[in-house]
Amino acid sequence: MSGAPILEVERIGRIYRRGGIFGGKPFYAVDDVSFTLPETPKVFSIVGESGSGKTTLARMVLRLVEPTDGTIRLMGRPLTGTSKERIDNLEFRRLVQPIFQNPFEAFSAYLPIGTYLIRTALNLKIARSEAEAVEAADAALRSVGLSYERIRGKYIRQFSGGELQRISVARALIPNPKLIVADEPVSMVDASLRMSIVNLFRQIVEEKGVSFIYITHDLSTAYYLSDHVAIMNAGRVVEQGAPGDILAYPSEAYTRELMAAIPTIGARWTELDEIDRHYAHERTRDGKSADKHHQEHS
Amino acid sequence: MIKVDNVTVGYGTTAFVKAVDRVNLTINDNEILGIAGESGSGKSTLMRAIYGDFSTGLRIASGTITGRFARNGTGAVTEAESHDFGQLWWDQISYIPQGSMSVLNPLMKVEKQVVDGLPKRERQGNRAELRRRIATFLEGFGLEESVLDAFPHQLSGGMRQRVLVAIAAFVNPRLILADEPTTALDVVVQKKILLMMVEIQRRQRNSLVLVSHDLGVHYQITDRLVVMYQGKIVEAGPTAGIFANPQHEYTQTLIASLPRIDGTRAEARR
Repeated sequence: MSGAPILEVERIGRIYRRGGIFGGKPFYAVDDVSFTLPETPKVFSIVGESGSGKTTLARMVLRLVEPTDGTIRLMGRPLTGTSKERIDNLEFRRLVQPIFQNPFEAFSAYLPIGTYLIRTALNLKIARSEAEAVEAADAALRSVGLSYERIRGKYIRQFSGGELQRISVARALIPNPKLIVADEPVSMVDASLRMSIVNLFRQIVEEKGVSFIYITHDLSTAYYLSDHVAIMNAGRVVEQGAPGDILAYPSEAYTRELMAAIPTIGARWTELDEIDRHYAHERTRDGKSADKHHQEHS
Repeated sequence: MIKVDNVTVGYGTTAFVKAVDRVNLTINDNEILGIAGESGSGKSTLMRAIYGDFSTGLRIASGTITGRFARNGTGAVTEAESHDFGQLWWDQISYIPQGSMSVLNPLMKVEKQVVDGLPKRERQGNRAELRRRIATFLEGFGLEESVLDAFPHQLSGGMRQRVLVAIAAFVNPRLILADEPTTALDVVVQKKILLMMVEIQRRQRNSLVLVSHDLGVHYQITDRLVVMYQGKIVEAGPTAGIFANPQHEYTQTLIASLPRIDGTRAEARR
């Protein structure tokens, strides 16, 4: 092992031009973002709302979008540019694998889902024959609690969202990657199954030594899963650090606003009390708030 | 005000697919009722049957849904059965859908879409005065008059959804049905819209039915909660009571499966 960090993101940016045929106004989707994933496997979460730049950032790490500024190095070698060191496509796809948000869109409805796993094994030259590919697929499926036998010949409509996302994870594991970039991987999964997928990620980190970049708008799963959290807003990382520190003691106003907007069970929004106080004299139904109002005035 | 009596709802006539199975439910005046459940639980189908929208091949196989609508102030009462609710849309019953882009016409300015949706009694009379009234109503929720002159794509997703909520409330309906109204939105915008809906309900003292898969949303704003699982209501009661002491195993699982920021972390279990 070289000892180089898995991923070094150094002052990267991505500018789009908005409006106008010649030039137009520059728009920074990602602006001067830096972070490092150490050699030891970790979960690094990037949390932000829509338009924060988190998906553009993920796409740059996945080499689907070229940064307009800065550099990204994977295990010490540049992702982009023309240098001889640059990682070629096959090697890159063996090292870095994506998991997308919507498994119903990631897989075709007209192909048996096993085809994707077999093709991944063959395309990435993990297997030389179909039989070897089935073997590789089966091994990957077993590490997510499934088997090739269970999915053989089946189509996506025969699986639940949770099962499909497990299969997505298995597909990503086929080349034994170093890094998985998961963009909102559980937002389409029902709540009762969501945590089993999140726990599966943690298990993969521990047992397979894979690092994760977990892109999400959901602060609570980020808090639960990650070793390191970065909060993004308007293309910039406004705050980053250990989840316990950042989410328990947010120093940025934006992070506090995000936290206050989560509909948490057990902590009712104070604004609701204000609305109730304002309309309390008109409320006849809700004994509680009417009583409270009376008590305050008696 | 609405009584759902032993109702079974499904799709198709030759091959009937059951989505809601023998459900009993009452929607009271002046309350926010939540319907919780995961995908395939039947919550949206039940909502559509209550709205009386049978255009998608929806069919009530057995049971009845009846409504009794008392107009504010006048004391006039309308009684109807859900197959006739269509006549009450945008008058006594309003609907807030999930995707604001798919219901607003992209080629029409917001003002025209609002006016076209209004019942006849509202549309009669002076157009300029009507616009003034709509603008004043929107301003009451922090929306500027200029949104009326915008095409839907010129507004952000959150802004569009707030406009839809305002349109739904403008006619002062007795019943507002909202199907996952904030699901596609960010939490900060979601909170704004939920607070807006609560304020409307408190002001108009009507009934709001909120369908959401998000238990946190139900905890925040609903007075009573119904939990659906595989087409059946597995638990119903005051929201606070259900969260304090969930009876059904499925509800317990749902509540327990939510990670909390002050709770345990996966990494800490090692």
